[in-house]
Amino acid sequence: MTFSQLLSEFFTIVASLLLAPLLLGWVTQLRAWLQNRSGPGIFQPYRILHKLFNKDSVMADTASSLFRFTPYLIFGCMLLASAIVPTLSTDFPLAQAADAIALVGLFALARIFISLAAMDVGTAFGTLGARREMFVGFLAEPALLMVLFTSSLIAHSTSLKTIVTTQIDRPFAIYPSLVFAGFAFILIFLAENARIPVDNPSTHLELTMIHEALILEYSGRHLALLEWASSLKLFAYSSIGIALFLPWGISTQGSIMSLLYALPIFILKLLVFGVVLALIETFSAKMRIFRVPEFLTIAFLLAVIGMLTYILLGAKAS
Amino acid sequence: MTDLSIQLINLFASFLLLLAFAMLAQRRVVNLVQIYAMQGLTVVAATSVVAYVTHQNQLYYSAAMTLVLKVFLIPWILRRLIKRLDIRWDVETLINIPSMMLIGIVLVIFSFNLALPIASLSTSISPGTLGIALACVLLSFMMMITRSKALPQVIGFLSMENALVFAATSATSGMPMVVELGIALDVLVGVFILGVFMFQIREQFESLDISHLENLKEE
Repeated sequence: MTFSQLLSEFFTIVASLLLAPLLLGWVTQLRAWLQNRSGPGIFQPYRILHKLFNKDSVMADTASSLFRFTPYLIFGCMLLASAIVPTLSTDFPLAQAADAIALVGLFALARIFISLAAMDVGTAFGTLGARREMFVGFLAEPALLMVLFTSSLIAHSTSLKTIVTTQIDRPFAIYPSLVFAGFAFILIFLAENARIPVDNPSTHLELTMIHEALILEYSGRHLALLEWASSLKLFAYSSIGIALFLPWGISTQGSIMSLLYALPIFILKLLVFGVVLALIETFSAKMRIFRVPEFLTIAFLLAVIGMLTYILLGAKAS
Repeated sequence: MTDLSIQLINLFASFLLLLAFAMLAQRRVVNLVQIYAMQGLTVVAATSVVAYVTHQNQLYYSAAMTLVLKVFLIPWILRRLIKRLDIRWDVETLINIPSMMLIGIVLVIFSFNLALPIASLSTSISPGTLGIALACVLLSFMMMITRSKALPQVIGFLSMENALVFAATSATSGMPMVVELGIALDVLVGVFILGVFMFQIREQFESLDISHLENLKEE
């Protein structure tokens, strides 16, 4: 492990910690503009984090130690997830630590703990949120795996590093299977990050909320960590999307100059991604919770068809 | 160059499959017409690419005909029909979309398997698309079976014809012009006749639900 590798890992982690709230703020601001509102400004998530970290944390009497350590665990999971996705360069020490399947497992771990913590206090809302979260999660997870497998089929490896490097190195080619996987990934992205067609991130209406119900009992620094973790999750998913479908610009060698070159390209991609997300959220309406299985079945189906078209079309071409 | 165009044809083929599934999952009748027009546009694009690669000028005529007929004329007729039948906001209750989608996947696997040995014998530029076209035909069939209203069934029929044209152009580099003209005219006449039928059905039963046709009248 060389110094430049360590530096690139450090750089990635700091970038994701700092950029994640900014991405959330950018999407919120864009949504506000699209709805003819003035909006809170793109730095609002930082202000919220600052406010929450300075407040006292209140615990329910019935809360166990699980409730207490869950925010740290979730935050750790999401930070690790953003650290193992190649965002700026493919040459970093944690790339060998986990492949695409472990990444999905990491998200699953976070989901299980947040659901347990929500049920721990014993309020009705927490249980409701936990059930809905598991309901959405168990449908989204196989679809996400299928999307990752479609990319893995092309690269012949489940390691994210190999997927990105083969994508960058090979001559330009249109892969129909990636088109399917891309559509599926957008649907999964919306469901997993509690965005609009599945869940509304800016409401506390009990009939619709999933993510907000889960963290209803948290306050102070715990809530701040969870909010930060959810923006990190958004960030990690965006980086997975970029790594799988638009990897051009990610540096394949770990030198500092190439990192500095890769950062603005990455930020540009994130900005565009935010615009797409805001547009999707503005044009679609929140759907009934019982329509969610339909929505996610479509995602699963698209991902499976992506794999099938690769086998049918790719077998002959290669 | 040819490499890229083969990839393009494969891409359009996948779009066709995507749209077939979108049709299967769509509840609104108006949106179905939209998807049908998009499907037509995909076929036009694929046909033009095949024409460019194989230097068959007659395929350009075929593409132009498809454009006029299936992207503009037939969707326009269908929209007018929807307006006059006053079913603009009709929402169909479908049987369980997720399970229909899963059946769809099985159909796709079936047709891919079926097409694989045929494709390996074929000498056309993009043999893989045959399986996709076959899957689109089967999916349109399924749409005709599962829908209960008359208009979605007609659209299912039309999209099946789209898939057949695509299969013909991409797998065998086009049919003779006479055959193609005949099919296009048939489809156009078919839409007219089915439109008249729909009015008749509604006159008789005051609904476009086909299940009414199954009841015997004792009068």
